[in-house]
Amino acid sequence: MTTLDTAVDTSERRVPPLGGFNLTLLRIELTRMLRNRRTIVFTLVLPAALMLSFGGQSGWQDRVGSGNVAAYVLISMALYGAALTSAATGAMVALERAVGWSRQLRLTPLNPVAYILTKAIVALCMGALAVVVVNLVGRSQGKAEMPTHVWVLAMVVTLFCTLTFAALGVFVGYLVPSENAMQILGPGLALLSFLGGLFIPLSQYAEVVRDIAYWTPMYGVAEVARAPLTHDLPWFAVVNAVGWFLVFIAGAAWRMSKDTARV
Amino acid sequence: MLSGMSVPAVRLEGVTKSFGRVEAVRGVDLELNQGEVVAFLGPNGAGKTTTIDMILGLSQPTGGAAEVLGHKPREAVARGLVSAVMQTGGLLKDLTVRETVEYTASLFAHTKPVDAVLADAGITGISGRKVGKCSGGEQQRLRFAMALLPDPALLLLDEPTTGMDVEGRRNFWSAIRTDAERGRTVLFATHYLEEADQYADRIVLISRGRIVADGSGSEIRALAAGRTVRATVEGIDADTEARLRSVGGVDQLDVRGDRVVVHTKDSDAVARFLLTETAARDVEITSKNLEDAFLSLTGDES
Repeated sequence: MTTLDTAVDTSERRVPPLGGFNLTLLRIELTRMLRNRRTIVFTLVLPAALMLSFGGQSGWQDRVGSGNVAAYVLISMALYGAALTSAATGAMVALERAVGWSRQLRLTPLNPVAYILTKAIVALCMGALAVVVVNLVGRSQGKAEMPTHVWVLAMVVTLFCTLTFAALGVFVGYLVPSENAMQILGPGLALLSFLGGLFIPLSQYAEVVRDIAYWTPMYGVAEVARAPLTHDLPWFAVVNAVGWFLVFIAGAAWRMSKDTARV
Repeated sequence: MLSGMSVPAVRLEGVTKSFGRVEAVRGVDLELNQGEVVAFLGPNGAGKTTTIDMILGLSQPTGGAAEVLGHKPREAVARGLVSAVMQTGGLLKDLTVRETVEYTASLFAHTKPVDAVLADAGITGISGRKVGKCSGGEQQRLRFAMALLPDPALLLLDEPTTGMDVEGRRNFWSAIRTDAERGRTVLFATHYLEEADQYADRIVLISRGRIVADGSGSEIRALAAGRTVRATVEGIDADTEARLRSVGGVDQLDVRGDRVVVHTKDSDAVARFLLTETAARDVEITSKNLEDAFLSLTGDES
């Protein structure tokens, strides 16, 4: 064999910039999410429908901070929708691991950090979509009322709060592989949303329930997301939001690092 | 032209890999030249997959060093110098065939055009189909398309022709040979001995984490020259074993309990010794073929 004549010239091969992160990747990942009917129904349609029913209950016009109760409900529902969506996105990381796609990706230059960054951006985009849909529906309902800057600020804050749930999605996805993750995350997030005061204000709960609720993951982010409207943000709500974010990030990172050892 | 051209495609030096107390690979030295087509043969659990994983940088050797085309494995992957086709999985069902190839292509600094790769793999016609709706054969073609995108200098294949018909297998190997002539190195894991013999320039036999034979098909067959004598010798002791080993022509002796297996160039002498000097019964003499060579070298008979 005349190796010298036929050998592949390896000296010109380059490593892609940004660890392989690119817009084609992002486009295909987003298209995937938007094509998934289950995602669309549970993360976009459901919160909007809840928004229409809760936001129209009697007393919607009562004042809350610099707006009204309908606005309060609107922010809550946007957070619920965004949390569901980004948790679903996060859970897909584990699903992709289960079908061997992660291993396939390890045979490409894609850096694990670039992969997670892509997923985080997709989670944020999907979260933003959920937030925008709920807000549009709320706006067309015509009951929510708050100053424009509060409206915008609440949307942005809500969006960043959803990263917590993207991390939760990754974490749960790794703990419960395969497609069952959403079956746990769906009801689980609904329960957390009740405890966190997204569906019913905490003031209407018995004191013991409320004391428990303060410790649950949805409480903190809900208070933070509504703070632009309510002008009321207890310190322990901030601690709660930051604390749970760190817990879920650490959990996801822990499961993922365990996992790559085996890939 | 370039000094880099003579670097081996794969260089493993004293590579070991342990999982806890289990030693999966126990010191493998292997050098593959560029353009070689090499079969990697061995029973399940021999360390084939573990070794391939280390060449791909999917896992780190516990000891020793692995190098691919003069780079560390992960660097070689990042440069698109090495790719692999896995037997199952590794695809997203909700992407279309074209999206899967585009997705993969977007990750490399340089690839062949997506359309050309789809055409080469014969999947242009189904490029709009969801991967989940593709047949096993179509999915395998897609995996090939993905692996060939970066025009790799080293291609690793895990049981590549499983599920292919005779015609498909022949086409597949002719394509692989053509690429090898242009300098691509191919290392394929297989359990089809015939396939290894027919299509590989070189066969590497691995067993219990060690390379037990390395050579061309005919060299491996030469190891199989002679015959195998099997017998049951109740209560065989170390002394008898040593005497048996010293009978002329014996090149391998295996004793497991009462079961004795001797590979020898002089089966008559062995049989005579067994029947006259020991309490042997059920004496059986067979001539070896490539399969036996494989089994005897990998120590995986019975």
